[in-house]
Amino acid sequence: MTTAGAPAIAPAITLRGINKHFGPVHANRDVSLSVPAGSIHGIVGENGAGKSTLMSILYGFYQADSGAIEVGGKPCSMHGPEDALAAGIGMVHQHFMLVDVFTVLENILLGAEGGPLLAGGMAAARAEVARLEAEYGLQIDPDAVVGELAVGLRQRVELLKALYRGANILILDEPTGVLTPQEADRLFEILRAMRDRGVTVILISHKLQEIMAITDNVSVMRAGEMVAHRRTAETTRAELAELMVGRQVLLRLDKTAAQPGAVALRADDVSLSDDAGIRRLDGISFDLRAGEIVGIAGVSGNGQSELLEVLAGIRPPSRGRLAVHGRIIDREHPADAGELRRLGLAHVPEDRQRMGMIPAFAAWETAILGYHHDPAYTGPLLLKGADIVADTAGKMARFDVRPADPYLASDSFSGGNQQKLVLAREIERRPDILLVGQPTRGVDIGAIEFIHQQIMQMRDRGCAVLLVSVELDEILSLSDRILVMFEGRIVGEVDGDKADARTIGLMMANAMDTQAAHG
Amino acid sequence: MAEDFLLVILTLDATIRVSVPLILAALAGLVVERSGIIDIGLEGKMLAAAFAAGTVAYLSGSAWLGLGAGIVISVLLALLHGFACITHRGNQIVSGVAINILASGLTVLLGISWFSLGGLTPPLTGSARFMSLTWPGAEVLAGTPILGQLYAELLSGHNILVYLAFLCVPAVWWLLYRTRFGLRLRATGENPAAVDTAGISVIRMRYLALIICGILCGIAGSYLSTGHGAGFVREMTAGKGFIALAAMIFGKWRPVPVLFACLLFGFLDAIAIRLQGVEVPLIGEMPVQFIQALPYILTVVLLAGFIGRAIAPKASGIPYVKEH
Repeated sequence: MTTAGAPAIAPAITLRGINKHFGPVHANRDVSLSVPAGSIHGIVGENGAGKSTLMSILYGFYQADSGAIEVGGKPCSMHGPEDALAAGIGMVHQHFMLVDVFTVLENILLGAEGGPLLAGGMAAARAEVARLEAEYGLQIDPDAVVGELAVGLRQRVELLKALYRGANILILDEPTGVLTPQEADRLFEILRAMRDRGVTVILISHKLQEIMAITDNVSVMRAGEMVAHRRTAETTRAELAELMVGRQVLLRLDKTAAQPGAVALRADDVSLSDDAGIRRLDGISFDLRAGEIVGIAGVSGNGQSELLEVLAGIRPPSRGRLAVHGRIIDREHPADAGELRRLGLAHVPEDRQRMGMIPAFAAWETAILGYHHDPAYTGPLLLKGADIVADTAGKMARFDVRPADPYLASDSFSGGNQQKLVLAREIERRPDILLVGQPTRGVDIGAIEFIHQQIMQMRDRGCAVLLVSVELDEILSLSDRILVMFEGRIVGEVDGDKADARTIGLMMANAMDTQAAHG
Repeated sequence: MAEDFLLVILTLDATIRVSVPLILAALAGLVVERSGIIDIGLEGKMLAAAFAAGTVAYLSGSAWLGLGAGIVISVLLALLHGFACITHRGNQIVSGVAINILASGLTVLLGISWFSLGGLTPPLTGSARFMSLTWPGAEVLAGTPILGQLYAELLSGHNILVYLAFLCVPAVWWLLYRTRFGLRLRATGENPAAVDTAGISVIRMRYLALIICGILCGIAGSYLSTGHGAGFVREMTAGKGFIALAAMIFGKWRPVPVLFACLLFGFLDAIAIRLQGVEVPLIGEMPVQFIQALPYILTVVLLAGFIGRAIAPKASGIPYVKEH
């Protein structure tokens, strides 16, 4: 490796005081960043920390509300990607920006055709691609149709696209998310080759071991703010994990000791592969007992969402099996969400806007969603409108949903009140098993406490509760047992009363072994 | 024998003449759908152009001025479609249907109030129509069997718009596959986000595609009233815009297959005219209604059988919005 950084020359990129709002969300808050030329610079942070937004601003895809951008020491105003491209900035997006029916060469040419007719540009591109292939080890068949290439090769097309346009600053947004470990290693070799030829690389990731392995410097973002800059050689995974997750005031609940009962749900070697064949869950096994809360901790995107979907019957497991009250569920004998609900399993989905409710429906419709066949709600032909509205009004009173208007459209309520309505719907069925995903995401402080109390009460009534949350504090304050997920596996288990944020944070970054070795 | 051959040639000749508006409209639809916009309003644009061309050609006595007016009206309607569904991201089907209804109503209304002929424009004569061009030596060769007849009846003797329509096929092919514009156009219909991140304006590409679509529909409509016919007749497009859409899908959004699809539909139309009153063995005299319905029946059969393998441009019909 060459020496990191080059303090004598102007930074490749300087950002000063960048602010960006999306509606009420303050996605970037007064962000400043300086990236030395010819280095690999990591930007880490949890999902939603504002990394991608910041890079989209640098690439001109969004315009900042305020702030300044300098490229190579010169002020630049980015009105669109064309300005960024002209300034020598290329970007490899998380979701590839490729035309699937085009050949590799056509994709590379798009936007840099070199004249109104294709023939000349095509020949020049073919020669240039051959040269870049040789220089950076980016072997690819220029006449292959992109839609038929493996994901790793498609990413190479994106790299070639940027290099062909003469980018000397390259932004990669979560580049390894879709790659196999071997493909990721290959990518890192290519990135090092680029750095050694003077290209500045900015790498966005939430995978700390990648950041530690390849970057020269690293910046940490949390909740839209830039919270720290470090030289990679002078930091540790543990420190970065702590900076990423952050320390907030714990909302401690008055909690009695759990009285775990019989096993209500058992997962046995559950695995899930997605359509592209990438393994999202890998050999998950655990028991969930009546009267306990099991918390699933992890940096988001490590399989928690997939686990919830499998447990709730939205997707069947590709391998392994689940047992819910004796009903065995596997690939050959899947159970859909309806059947699981009849078995006494209720699910409060992570994304309530998309899966928990229908935004345009009135509150009384949302309040019976999924239970609309219940004879209490429906007659032989028609829904029992008056009964449902009365029932909804009762739920709203008991769960303090404001405004208590059953006829109001579901998306007219605030996030917290939407969540209370969905919780009321699921909890009042008195399920034996309750799956809860991100119960307090986008929920105001007052409602958080109420929601936590409801979940605790369910446990005390003997319900088995599985809690998935990216809020570590929430996991710590509610859980009787904590399982930590990393890259689709369970990498650690801790008792709720013995857990602390630091240990869990290390497990979330899968840095335990390294720490133990050092310690 | 020579008689029969002449009959075949005359049927093919008719095929060419009725295929022309289909070819132009189908290419118009092809260009615009390749940019990711669905245009149900080909029919309406053709109808409005036919009316404008008939009116202006009658008033000015010039078929060329009529053609110009047809193109202008058609492009304006195309831009209206763009304003609704590109700028304001409206529903493309609804906007297209609205243009069809608008054209259908306005042409009759204006026709009656201006000319009092029950929705027709006054008949066109002389230079107000595109007249057939006779190729050199055609009359001499007409007597020569086969080759001479082919030359005189099939190749020679059409008006300039017919030749233009056939030239448009290689021209559109060349535009799509050999130019920068074509590459960007095809990319816009497949993945507009890729176009946007490459520093190219998706909105501009889609408007340009609509303008080309408007020009081609304008020529198609003008052909109907000033070339093929001699004046505007109410509803004279008679579903040709929809048949053209069918041909475009049948031809899988590729210029050359689209040409053959249009010729097939045109051929059925030409046969339908020939078969009227003809005794067919075993069946007897074919009912006129059945023959006239033949092209539409075939459309349904062909599309039902082949549409499964026809893959539309991926972003077709979806307004482009930057996600976050």
